[in-house]
Amino acid sequence: MMNLRKLSFDAVVIGGGGAGMRASLQMAKSGFKTACLTKVFPTRSHTVSAQGGITCAIASADPNDDWRWHMYDTVKGSDYIGDQDAIEYMCSVGPEAVFELEHMGLPFSRTENGRIYQRPFGGQSKDFGKGGQAARTCAAADRTGHALLHTLYQNNLKNETVFLNEWFAVDLVRNQDGVVVGVIAIEIETGEVVFVESKATVLATGGAGRIYASTTNAHINTGDGNAMALRAGYAMQDMEMWQFHPTGIYGAGTLVTEGCRGEGGYLINKDGERFMERYAPNAKDLAGRDVVARSMMTEILEGRGCGEMGDHVYLKLDHLGKEIVHSRLPGITELSKTFAHVDPAVNPIPVVPTCHYMMGGIPTNINGQAITRVNGEDQIIPGLYSCGEAACVSVHGANRLGGNSLLDLVVFGRAAGLFIEEQLHQGIDHRQASEEDISHAMSRLNRLDSNEKGEDTATLKRELQSCMQNYFGVFRDGDFMKKGREELSVMRGRIANLVIQDKSKAFNTARMEALELQNLFEIAEATAISSDERTESRGAHSRRDFPDRDDANWLCHSLYDPINQTLEKRDVNFTPKTVETFEPKERTY
Amino acid sequence: MLISIYRYNPETDREPYMQDIDVDMPEGKDLMVLDVLNLIKEKDETLSYRRSCREGVCGSDGMNMNGKNGLACITPISEVAKNNKLVVRPLPGLPVIRDLVVDMAIFYKQYERIKPYLQNTTPASGRERLQSPEDRAKLDGLYECILCACCSTSCPSFWWNPEKFVGPAGLLQAYRFLADSRDEATSERLSELDDPFSVFRCRGIMNCVSVCPKGLNPTKAIGHIRDMLLSRAT
Repeated sequence: MMNLRKLSFDAVVIGGGGAGMRASLQMAKSGFKTACLTKVFPTRSHTVSAQGGITCAIASADPNDDWRWHMYDTVKGSDYIGDQDAIEYMCSVGPEAVFELEHMGLPFSRTENGRIYQRPFGGQSKDFGKGGQAARTCAAADRTGHALLHTLYQNNLKNETVFLNEWFAVDLVRNQDGVVVGVIAIEIETGEVVFVESKATVLATGGAGRIYASTTNAHINTGDGNAMALRAGYAMQDMEMWQFHPTGIYGAGTLVTEGCRGEGGYLINKDGERFMERYAPNAKDLAGRDVVARSMMTEILEGRGCGEMGDHVYLKLDHLGKEIVHSRLPGITELSKTFAHVDPAVNPIPVVPTCHYMMGGIPTNINGQAITRVNGEDQIIPGLYSCGEAACVSVHGANRLGGNSLLDLVVFGRAAGLFIEEQLHQGIDHRQASEEDISHAMSRLNRLDSNEKGEDTATLKRELQSCMQNYFGVFRDGDFMKKGREELSVMRGRIANLVIQDKSKAFNTARMEALELQNLFEIAEATAISSDERTESRGAHSRRDFPDRDDANWLCHSLYDPINQTLEKRDVNFTPKTVETFEPKERTY
Repeated sequence: MLISIYRYNPETDREPYMQDIDVDMPEGKDLMVLDVLNLIKEKDETLSYRRSCREGVCGSDGMNMNGKNGLACITPISEVAKNNKLVVRPLPGLPVIRDLVVDMAIFYKQYERIKPYLQNTTPASGRERLQSPEDRAKLDGLYECILCACCSTSCPSFWWNPEKFVGPAGLLQAYRFLADSRDEATSERLSELDDPFSVFRCRGIMNCVSVCPKGLNPTKAIGHIRDMLLSRAT
């Protein structure tokens, strides 16, 4: 066998974003040998792009605020397929997790009395939807993700987490008992392939928005962890649920925070009409993201879009005045000037719904333990954990509320860390990986490195992204999705047979991009099949051929089985521990 | 448009060279430098550079464009190209790993050296520590740093003494914690900076200010640290 270098840790976290670094921080603090393995330097992770804030009932803007109200909003926002025990955990533990961040130094914006500043975000209410709009999103200006990510990196440095920066995880290694015992990874600078062995492997690799041609996501968001799990044959949950953010900058795809609308901005069509008043008379521009995105697309499709092509709408902020726009939304001002050539304090920003967030992912329990299906029963995958966008706990169900992603990654990164810590204290023992186990995990990389004839990455990536954009966007239709599925099934063989001309070792980004494209493909196919098979409309999944929600058949998670390429159903949790169940209702804003 | 790019692959090149590439620019569209690099990479996959967020917040793609450091993803071609030509080089002063990718170890080491985390040993209440909006405003212009290294690699003092001079990025963060009303380690922080090199090698050249893609002002922060050190000494 090849002489692979081996590194051993108590825990290895794949991904250096918010979820990964919150998990690694927890374990490093208690003295366990913890590695954070990340393909980019940690502060380059996509959490850095989160703008508006972290939603949490810390009772600053409203001293009577209650986490149960936040829970109600989140359950409703999920269109009732978020797991209520997980949502209960997130909303109730949230304040503690947010205060910890503040204690670590996160520079939150402040109110006059010195507390953390909170702004209104979409889908927020007081008193279980009866008390009007709430302001529950804790913010550091409009750079909350940046502030959070840097704070977590800084505290990991303080607690001596081992960082394997610019290392690329290729595939999971499993021993003869089916226990996940680490990953095969490439040290990018040297090109060396290393077996990173660990008692606990945490997939915190974030989203995969790059399956779409138009996305707010960074270039690096290629779903590496989810693809590793899919290749290992593990199930993926709710992969049809992709959030299209209402306000991506037209043409560029970069995000403009929902906080703009929270601060009083609103959307207008070509007639200058504030059209959200028609679609969501109460919440208006602060309805759920899925609702706003669909309303925008309807305006555009019915000929009321803006610009020469009529293919976008405007986000109006100038009425707030220069001072508010520049002080509360300084990052947005910068982005708008750079990418849309407008100063939002003077002119409206051209925006269009843009792929933003993957609600689905690796099914896990509250402790971050990854779950798969064996003979129709849930089974915990020994040694494997997941948290953040890569995971599906599920707190977002069919539609995530703004500000809940940062809370999700902090709360469940922390929870996974706490649980693994406890397991490590009790002692984790498993059989070592054999040479055969390791070479099995090496097979994809070996094939790519030895392949001499095939297609190149750039062409196939374009094809994949435009297929997903065309057939699996904001509005979906069975006939179109069938066509998309056919295209994808042809693409599978072509992408497995990718070829790189550049076989060099040192910082070979061509090799990485090829591996990333293969990862994107796994996610895209799971998305396509799950979308086509869920024959209803719910949350972000909106079908023209099945326009209504179908609780009789689909008040459940979907579970994609990558081995047989089929979809099963999985129960949603309706039994929170301390509050009564929120029963499904019609969802209006 | 003629793009001239610094190329070096340690496995095949004995020394670095400049490669001239003619790029057909799409009509009526002002691309960012990163977009152009991506176009080139589609044809020549061997070209290596870092990139992530493509919106100027992750700090991956700091490079030198027609002589000035900046982020490729938010630098429009129209702003930097001269006479239809653009020269792209790696950030100056750091070892080159490959093409536009530099070894940033010394830059990160200087960042770590200033203990870039809040130090406060007073047990916190069950809630957040309070901070007035005025005290919080003191962190504006400091905490937004994205560690892209455009400033430190444009600083002659850092070029000469990268081991001993913390450099503008590290010092900006040093002041971010000195200025934080919640931090209790002011005295220790200053003691660790109190030598002829760490801070005082700054000669006020202000290249850091003119290149910072986030519009931050490290020179001003360094001035504040200098004042704190001097007033402590008297």
